[in-house]
Amino acid sequence: MTLSVCALRSADMTTDQEKNELTQTPLLKIWVPWLGMGGCKLNRRRGSSVPQFTNSPTLIVMVGLPARGKTYISKKLTRYLNWIGVPTKVFNLGQYRREAVQSYKSFEFFRPDNEEAMQIRKACATNALKDVVIYFSKEHGQVAVFDATNTTQERRVSIVSFAKEKGYKVFFVESICDDPEIIAQNITDVKVSSPDYLNCDKDEALADFLKRIECYKQTYVPLDDEKDRRLSYIKIFNVGSRYLVNCVQDHIQSRIVYYLMNIHVTPRSIFLSRHGESNMNLLGRIGGDSGLSPRGHKYATALGTFIKSQRIKDLKVWTSHMKRTIQTAEHLGIPYEQWKALNEIDAGVCEEYTYEEIQDNHPEEFALRDQDKYRYRYPKGESYEDLVHRLEPVIMELERQENVLVVCHQAVMRCLLAYLLDKTADELPYLKCPLHTVLKLTPVAYGCKVEHVFLNVEAVNTHRERPGNVDVSRDPEEALKTIPDHF
Amino acid sequence: MTSNEYHIMATSPRELTQNPLKKIWMPWKNGLFVHILQRRVCMTNCPTLIVTVGLPARGKTYISKKLTRYLNWIGVPTKEFNVGQYRRECVKIYKSFEFFHPDNEEGLKIRRQCALTALNDVRQYLTVEGGQVAVFDATNTTRERRWTITRFAEQNCFKVFFVESVCEDPDVIAENIVQVKLGSPDYIDCNTEEVIEDFMKRIKCYENSYQPLDEVLDRDLSYIKIMDVGRRYLVNRVLDHIQSRIVYYLMNIHITPRSIYLCRHGESDLNVKGCIGGDSGLSGRGKEFSKCLGKFIQEQNIKDLKVWTSQMKRTIQTAEAVAVPYEQWKALNEIDAGVCEEMMYEEIQVHYPVEFSLRDQDKYRYRYPKGESYEDLVQRLEPVIMELERQENVLVICHQAVMRCLLAYFLDKSAEELPYLKCPLHTVLKLTPVAYGCKVESVWLNVEAVNTHRDRPENVDISRMPEEALFTVPAHQ
Repeated sequence: MTLSVCALRSADMTTDQEKNELTQTPLLKIWVPWLGMGGCKLNRRRGSSVPQFTNSPTLIVMVGLPARGKTYISKKLTRYLNWIGVPTKVFNLGQYRREAVQSYKSFEFFRPDNEEAMQIRKACATNALKDVVIYFSKEHGQVAVFDATNTTQERRVSIVSFAKEKGYKVFFVESICDDPEIIAQNITDVKVSSPDYLNCDKDEALADFLKRIECYKQTYVPLDDEKDRRLSYIKIFNVGSRYLVNCVQDHIQSRIVYYLMNIHVTPRSIFLSRHGESNMNLLGRIGGDSGLSPRGHKYATALGTFIKSQRIKDLKVWTSHMKRTIQTAEHLGIPYEQWKALNEIDAGVCEEYTYEEIQDNHPEEFALRDQDKYRYRYPKGESYEDLVHRLEPVIMELERQENVLVVCHQAVMRCLLAYLLDKTADELPYLKCPLHTVLKLTPVAYGCKVEHVFLNVEAVNTHRERPGNVDVSRDPEEALKTIPDHF
Repeated sequence: MTSNEYHIMATSPRELTQNPLKKIWMPWKNGLFVHILQRRVCMTNCPTLIVTVGLPARGKTYISKKLTRYLNWIGVPTKEFNVGQYRRECVKIYKSFEFFHPDNEEGLKIRRQCALTALNDVRQYLTVEGGQVAVFDATNTTRERRWTITRFAEQNCFKVFFVESVCEDPDVIAENIVQVKLGSPDYIDCNTEEVIEDFMKRIKCYENSYQPLDEVLDRDLSYIKIMDVGRRYLVNRVLDHIQSRIVYYLMNIHITPRSIYLCRHGESDLNVKGCIGGDSGLSGRGKEFSKCLGKFIQEQNIKDLKVWTSQMKRTIQTAEAVAVPYEQWKALNEIDAGVCEEMMYEEIQVHYPVEFSLRDQDKYRYRYPKGESYEDLVQRLEPVIMELERQENVLVICHQAVMRCLLAYFLDKSAEELPYLKCPLHTVLKLTPVAYGCKVESVWLNVEAVNTHRDRPENVDISRMPEEALFTVPAHQ
């Protein structure tokens, strides 16, 4: 995690002594200059584990014929950027059009000679860009994804000048595909169920949509090697078999390119599970590196049986470096890989404590954690925010892989789940990830289908809800109200 | 199922024990560790052959060496095989560009032989010597030559990834020639004009038969085409994780001149006491150093300098005195000494004598109990290195172990050398990329500080006497 701190030039700072004085912020455990009674006048911007991604807001502009995966890419990219801490939002032009033209009749709306429709579509684009401005200037957005066909040079030129005028960087993402099977599959997956085709049968929808595509084809001018050589863009060919990358300007664009080059659309499933119940779990203690309890071993065996029954092709199994996940994997009878990055959140001075002991020894810390569980960092330990950064390479590799079973820990699983199910930083630390339950996640349409499978082996509950009173001044009972039972 | 899987099933679950050096939990059978998979970068079973493509003076050797350095640093055993080197060993004296003339039958024969010899060595490296990636650095400008290589790779079960560099900017080419060809063994007794003239003619010899990788004809190959020193890239059929990492790396490096400044925080209170780790503030001398660092940086007059620190108090205090906006990276935090945090070496010897000797046995891989190893540090620092590659002028204020890791990357030091690199307090290292490597200037800012460098003692055996262990501990209060 990084923090951008501007050097102080305030008149208050006179002595060298004061200049070197630092204080550690109680929640994040970040050292910042101490301004004494003057208070903090620092311009603080927080990013993820990397420095300022960019100085200006970035406008990502999708380009491509309908059914080329633009919305799929837009949503996925947005989910990824938000997860790594870059506030991002999608602006889908189709949505604006649906709001303007309450009911969709047919592909005729998209004919290039339909003057009235053209006016409406242009107005929608203008409104969307207006909302982009609001997102950047008033809502602290950093990246906006403008999801539309943007298939003409003229449209793209106007977007570029709009961005230039406002001081936004522009990065184009063009998806080019001429494989009729992929296009047909896209249409079946996401168009047939679109609000546009609410009362149509599948064949009607397909026929109409194909005609819609034809309307765009006539005026489609792809990004050009020569004419567009000064633009920043990535061209994705045939769902990723080839990429053309031009003029990457900064860090965030480089990360976006890396991400886009690692994702694929091959059907597969991701299985997430915690280790079996551990001896520490039984005692209500957090952290540590203990082994499995007898019930934990039972679960691991059950997990092995479950996995076998799923008949998964080429399953990869990943564990952390901690004994309890490895013991669990040992029962599966499949080769597994150990990732240090999958280790449970480091609770620092609170390692191996019960919540009661934390309340006894560090009541203030305990309260701070309840106030902002995502950003709270244990003294000499980590925060969920740190965890997300640590897990980014795991997510990148998960994207590259196909069928994977990840045997991990509560906080880690919450982070991975939040990425896969697009949960916010506020929801993330309270996601329910009970012991002895496998989650099967299967990408479908624009999201992820989740199946919860409880493997019928009892275990303690380790989920602690946010209590009513999170104030530092609260009574111990109020703090301990939501603690789950343990021995 | 593979036989490995059958074996695991028959005996699962296996007993686990924690390997004492790396603190890895491993299955344990009949008193022996059973091999398990550790997450490494290269999880592929096949070694990878990277093949450069391009006319002379297009940066192929620069890319080969840099990529090799990066891959070795992140733990992927990699070696480059430069065909020009093989040619120089074969044809002792270089006379002129005529050697490279396409009509020169004898020259062609020799060059072909050199390529085959090099490929033989590649095979040796990847199959017998434990190498995982080989970089075959030559022009490889004809389809025929590339087909020979592809066939060779197929026969040996190597994956092939081509890296083509295309550049028509005469300024860039001229600069290349000046930077790296002038000093080449081929041109030992020539003056600048002679070199440029001969080399330009050499390039011409290749131009007529050059067949760049083609979007259609070569659509089944895996490659990256780098155009105009990174303005543009064409990436085709990335097959696996290592190729994806290679592409990401190649897309982040640049050749804009710049300097990287590395230094540690000023002397800290814990340094003075001889304690490791912790999160203490600067000593009086440390604050003195910070002021001098500020002055030094100002005098250097660096354009658009970025300053990075860790999230530990001592580096931030140091940066505050430089009076330039700085950014805090958690990834730059000092190595976590786990249960040994804030101990003196003498205390570690008293409380953890076995751990202390294990560390001396293999300082790179040794992980502190509940802490980290240098190997972990390198993994943690990889995003920092990637961002350093993207940036231009940067000052990194960090810690001893961290600075050793970064320095090892820039100066191509091995895992064995890395933990013993000398990174004394109050000394700034200025690294400037030049030709194929890095120029290092060491600047001592004239403020005294304790020495924190502990050399490897003679006796690293668990049975050694405490004095033998503490022999090399530097003096402290």
